[in-house]
Amino acid sequence: MSLKGTLNSIGRALRTPKGAISGAWLALVVLGAIFAPVLTPYDYDIQDLPNAFAAPSFAHWLGTDEFGRDLLTRVLYGARTSLSVSVLSISVSVFTGMVLGAAAGYFGGAFDRAVTIFVDLTWSFPEILIALILVAIIGPGITGTMVAIAVAYLAQFTRLTRAQIMAIRSETYIEAAKSLGARDSFILLRHLLPNSLAPVLVAGMLATGDAIILEATLGFFGLGAQPPTPSWGSMMSSGSALLFKAPWIIVFPGLAVAITVVAINLFGDALIRALDIKTRLREA
Amino acid sequence: MADPLIRAEALVKRFQTGGGLLARPRAMLAVRGVSMAIGKGEVVGVVGESGCGKSTLARLILRLIEPTSGTIHFDGQDLTKLSRGDMRRMRRRMAMVFQDPYSSLDPRFTVAEVLAEPFRVQGEEPPAGRIAELLGQVGLSERLSASYPHQMSGGQRQRIGIARALAQAPDFIVLDEPTASLDVSIQAQIIALLSELRRELGLTYLFISHDLGLVRYFCDRVVVMYLGAVVEVLPKADAPARHPYTAALMDSTFAPDPGQRKTLRAIEGEIPSAFDLPKGCAFAARCPRASDRCRAENPELSATDHPVACFHPL
Repeated sequence: MSLKGTLNSIGRALRTPKGAISGAWLALVVLGAIFAPVLTPYDYDIQDLPNAFAAPSFAHWLGTDEFGRDLLTRVLYGARTSLSVSVLSISVSVFTGMVLGAAAGYFGGAFDRAVTIFVDLTWSFPEILIALILVAIIGPGITGTMVAIAVAYLAQFTRLTRAQIMAIRSETYIEAAKSLGARDSFILLRHLLPNSLAPVLVAGMLATGDAIILEATLGFFGLGAQPPTPSWGSMMSSGSALLFKAPWIIVFPGLAVAITVVAINLFGDALIRALDIKTRLREA
Repeated sequence: MADPLIRAEALVKRFQTGGGLLARPRAMLAVRGVSMAIGKGEVVGVVGESGCGKSTLARLILRLIEPTSGTIHFDGQDLTKLSRGDMRRMRRRMAMVFQDPYSSLDPRFTVAEVLAEPFRVQGEEPPAGRIAELLGQVGLSERLSASYPHQMSGGQRQRIGIARALAQAPDFIVLDEPTASLDVSIQAQIIALLSELRRELGLTYLFISHDLGLVRYFCDRVVVMYLGAVVEVLPKADAPARHPYTAALMDSTFAPDPGQRKTLRAIEGEIPSAFDLPKGCAFAARCPRASDRCRAENPELSATDHPVACFHPL
């Protein structure tokens, strides 16, 4: 299976209606974020006060904000912030969680107990609370947001990996590898991690959706990316005061968050079905 | 048997379970002072009911688990004193075939990767042509080398398990119920294959099974275990039973010829808990010949050429 098998599963997921629609939206958002500079004639940070509060039109498809900046441009640039912050911080979180969870599940003992206590402690707080505390310590901005998201979701991946490793550790092929003289590192890297990868990656995919919301929430409170860098959360924040004057300022970034998160969840569902790992996710 | 390949002395394995904030840990002796020697080229069988410690004994002899006390000598070297690196190099000379051919192969490994693993764990690559040669030795086609375990039958998987054990050309193989999960027709094929490999390669086997009939067919000597201890060693496969437990095991084996088949006599009573062993002979509660002495004292394995641990042997 391995890499080829994973690619096959993604292909199978894309061939279902759910996977195809959500996959198409995600591709659109990612491409829009990457090619934002060539896709629009406007800049995201140049003010054009005479054109402020313009309603959606041919010149400005999604309208303009209170400084006359094109909203479509800002939504596309906002996608860059939202996607890169959430994907990067979740990747760090997944990687760290896998290392911690694998070590705890495989070696057990005092290290396992310490990790479990840490995981249970963070697990008992809502992610937003952990994130707010961390941003308060580190300070607002992109770095603070990324650290906050990475730590807030760490418990989930540690727990899942640990449960996977514990389940696979007692398989006979692990004992067979030991009987051949395999080192611990060989057993972890060649047998345990490859066999526990799929559920953790899908959980990471689903958590990316939550991370986009968390990033938008922090941005809404003014704790995320600082102006003039656009992020979906901070755009909604400035639009909230103008809800009745220029509803498009809050509606379009809000729709971008909502549709993208739903698409990620739908794609995750399709992937779970294609990988046939529903039961393994529930175990953890 | 001047110079045995394997010499295990007074092996003891104690397992602890439970034990936490409020519960006191419970200890059980899975293996209680087992000694045995296996000569080069010999096939020794170990039989007993499930839970009698035969699999634990097999893992102790390969040092897959550490003994609580006792020693294992392999070709004159004390395995319990070897460093990690020396033990890893020593593992080229010993191998194991497992009971369940389904969980003993990593579902993500192709046959070629499974057979390359014995080399890769030693930090080397399989020599060219070795994988095809191994597949040939276990009667499989070279075309299978790109297959995954789920694409193969139980019998084919077990042949792969045997090929993996043969990869580094070991002297000694532990066979842990290698046929117990297979259909009867496949069992016979696997046993025939194992006999043939032994003849061709001069292998030494330790054959673990709960099937006394199969063990007596396949093995030169038979060690009978009950609750972690050896109760009898049959010096030849067709030697008559002297311990009442062995006799009861033989009585409960099906004869293949229906005309010869007698009514099976079940062994009465329950096996005592390994957590709470009786003071005397562990079999006394189920034994038709038990006396007061059996319930008070534990009989030692006699030092004769047909050793038996019983005060009233048959």
